[in-house]
Amino acid sequence: MHRPLNRPITRRALAGIAGAAAAGLLLAACSSGGGAPSGGGGDYSKAPKDLKATITYALWDQTQVKAIQANLAGFKQQYPGITVNVDVTPYDTYFTKLQTEASSNTLPDLFWLNGPNFQLYADNGKVEPITGAIKAGAIDPKNYPSALVDLYTANGVHYGVPKDFDTIGLWYNKALFARAGVDVPTGDWTWDDLTTAANTISSKLKGQGIYGVAAGMDGQTTYYDTIFQAGGSVLSADGKKSEYASDATKKGIVFWRDLIASKGSPSVKQLTDTPADQWFVSGKAAMLIGGDWGRSEIADSPVAKDVQVAPLPKGEQKATVIHGVSNVVAAGSKNTQAAQALQVYLASKEAQQQQGDMGAVIPAFNGTQASFAKSMPGVDLQVFLDEVAYAKPLPVSNNTAAWNALEAKLLPGVFAGTSPVDSTLQQLQDQMDAALAKE
Amino acid sequence: MTELHRAAPRAAGRPARRRGGSGVLRDGWWPVLFVAPLLVGVVVFYLWPIVQTFWFSFTTFGVFGGQTFSGVANYVALVQDPEFYLSLGNTLIYTAIVLLGVPLAVWLAALLNTPGLKFASFYRVLFFLPYIAMPTAVALVWRLMFNGDYGILNWVLSLVGIPGPYWVSTPGFAIVAVSIVGLWSSLGFSMIVLAAGLKAIPPELYEAAELDGASPSRRFRSVTVPLLTPTIFFVVVVTVISSFQLFDLLYAIMGPRNPAMPSSMSLVFYFFQAGFVDNQQGFAASIAIAIFVLIGLVTLLQFRLQRRWVANV
Repeated sequence: MHRPLNRPITRRALAGIAGAAAAGLLLAACSSGGGAPSGGGGDYSKAPKDLKATITYALWDQTQVKAIQANLAGFKQQYPGITVNVDVTPYDTYFTKLQTEASSNTLPDLFWLNGPNFQLYADNGKVEPITGAIKAGAIDPKNYPSALVDLYTANGVHYGVPKDFDTIGLWYNKALFARAGVDVPTGDWTWDDLTTAANTISSKLKGQGIYGVAAGMDGQTTYYDTIFQAGGSVLSADGKKSEYASDATKKGIVFWRDLIASKGSPSVKQLTDTPADQWFVSGKAAMLIGGDWGRSEIADSPVAKDVQVAPLPKGEQKATVIHGVSNVVAAGSKNTQAAQALQVYLASKEAQQQQGDMGAVIPAFNGTQASFAKSMPGVDLQVFLDEVAYAKPLPVSNNTAAWNALEAKLLPGVFAGTSPVDSTLQQLQDQMDAALAKE
Repeated sequence: MTELHRAAPRAAGRPARRRGGSGVLRDGWWPVLFVAPLLVGVVVFYLWPIVQTFWFSFTTFGVFGGQTFSGVANYVALVQDPEFYLSLGNTLIYTAIVLLGVPLAVWLAALLNTPGLKFASFYRVLFFLPYIAMPTAVALVWRLMFNGDYGILNWVLSLVGIPGPYWVSTPGFAIVAVSIVGLWSSLGFSMIVLAAGLKAIPPELYEAAELDGASPSRRFRSVTVPLLTPTIFFVVVVTVISSFQLFDLLYAIMGPRNPAMPSSMSLVFYFFQAGFVDNQQGFAASIAIAIFVLIGLVTLLQFRLQRRWVANV
């Protein structure tokens, strides 16, 4: 934006302005600072009751803050001297900020990390292992789903345990189905059932601007699910190659292109201007393919009383993506002991049970999930738990962000029907292979 | 503002006369002490980062920092990257559209300068408000207005039977939408500066022109515009510099995950992407240097060309 300049300007001054202006940019470029992998670490000793410290806990989901504050109240009873500042950064900029903080060794003491970013931080020694806490019996990895424990293990070393897990389901609006005279989804639905219902609703309720189905058009809530349902995969079994050009994977992509072309779903542009969840909660989409974490938003929305949820429809097979967030301690935190105390507390059955009771997320601690399923009376949230039986882990590699960027760049054109399917997917596979080879 | 050209030579003449003394410290350390607060700020926050960035542009960064010298590799990659030219093109489109606001601002400033105009201060405040509003807030409001399905712009267009586009999600068009906001929000600043320039024009000239029978539009063309050229020149230079730095407006209006972004990004967005998303800080530094040089060249070019159109009053 423009900056005011209210003094007479000489030529030299103007050259200075040009310089200063550009310098502003350069400033941003100079985030340096070495971060040599620290290797070992993971030492743990139980914090004394009277430990005094102020720590920062960074996360990205505002809708979970209420339940987290409830957790922190419990933590405060155990450690009255530890003050925790919750720092919420929206997901879009969370990892940009985190990377800058990691580069300058100013990471928050305890922070959320997800699967796609975990290996990068672990391999570069930016997060503290939990080996000490496990040895001391403060955390037992056996208490959590093994697929998600593995997600936060690098080279056999544990760095965190999942705080929650999430699967993807088919949220739907009973009232809109009734208005269009279409039968509501069941657990036996196939891709064809979804497509037919979506197209029928879109055409019958066209005058009201209502669409059949909306999805986030990202991997986790949209095309990874259909790729797995089609029997395809994103990465090869050894994680070293891309599978985008394979026939099964292609089917999972084409499913969305067809659904948009037949107007069963809003277009890519429409979903950019107005995100999928907003279509659904404002009653403009009859179905939303989305995660269980949408519960809070949906329960607080005007359509809440008409909402129900079903498992994702079957392609060649049933499938959903499973993923879970972990709390990790920053390597080199000045308050390691306090941060580890909070990490241990948040991993406890008590804290996770509370998260589930409040319906914030599906807690990861085995046996605490049932309360989540009951957290929205009349809505069958059990669906998200049952889906675990055939869930596939979110595809990740050492530098997931590199090929996620390629997906985000090339796939929207395919979905919109403006890029040819075969050549674009081949291009994506080639570029992804190159990125994976660099890891 | 009309002091623009007289000031430079005068300032330049002075140090020559002083050279007889003992250089910078002729008056002892006191003067240095007085300038120090400003000087330290400039050196620490402007000069040193520029030097550092220049060095970084010849290095390759690790994911979390730590750099190794890699010669001109970043610059070679830069000139071979089609995204560099694409973002340069988008930046030029944005700059061109925002510059269209300058003649508009001249016209509006002249209107507001009409003697005896009622509520003149009210209008001035009205036009200046967008400039003092926070860019992010401005962007969010425009984002809502641009919404293809539910935005007010397309609703108004639909009243007259025009199907509006998806302003911020159509590749190739999104940059135009962002430019419109850029033009709108820079109008206030240009107008205030131009209004100050107008005040400096001696009223006698208008009286003389009126006596000679010049019409209001003739007085605007033959008195106002020529005498305002130094101010216009200043406004153009500042507008171009700030347009080359387009980032916050683009980022906030379109959003980083917008599928139209790869074809709509500006130079600074390209820099941001390289440095903070792709984590190639060394490469990003070379982009920053390129932007620095480009702004320098464009500004230099404008100073060369000013002799042809700026009145030397």
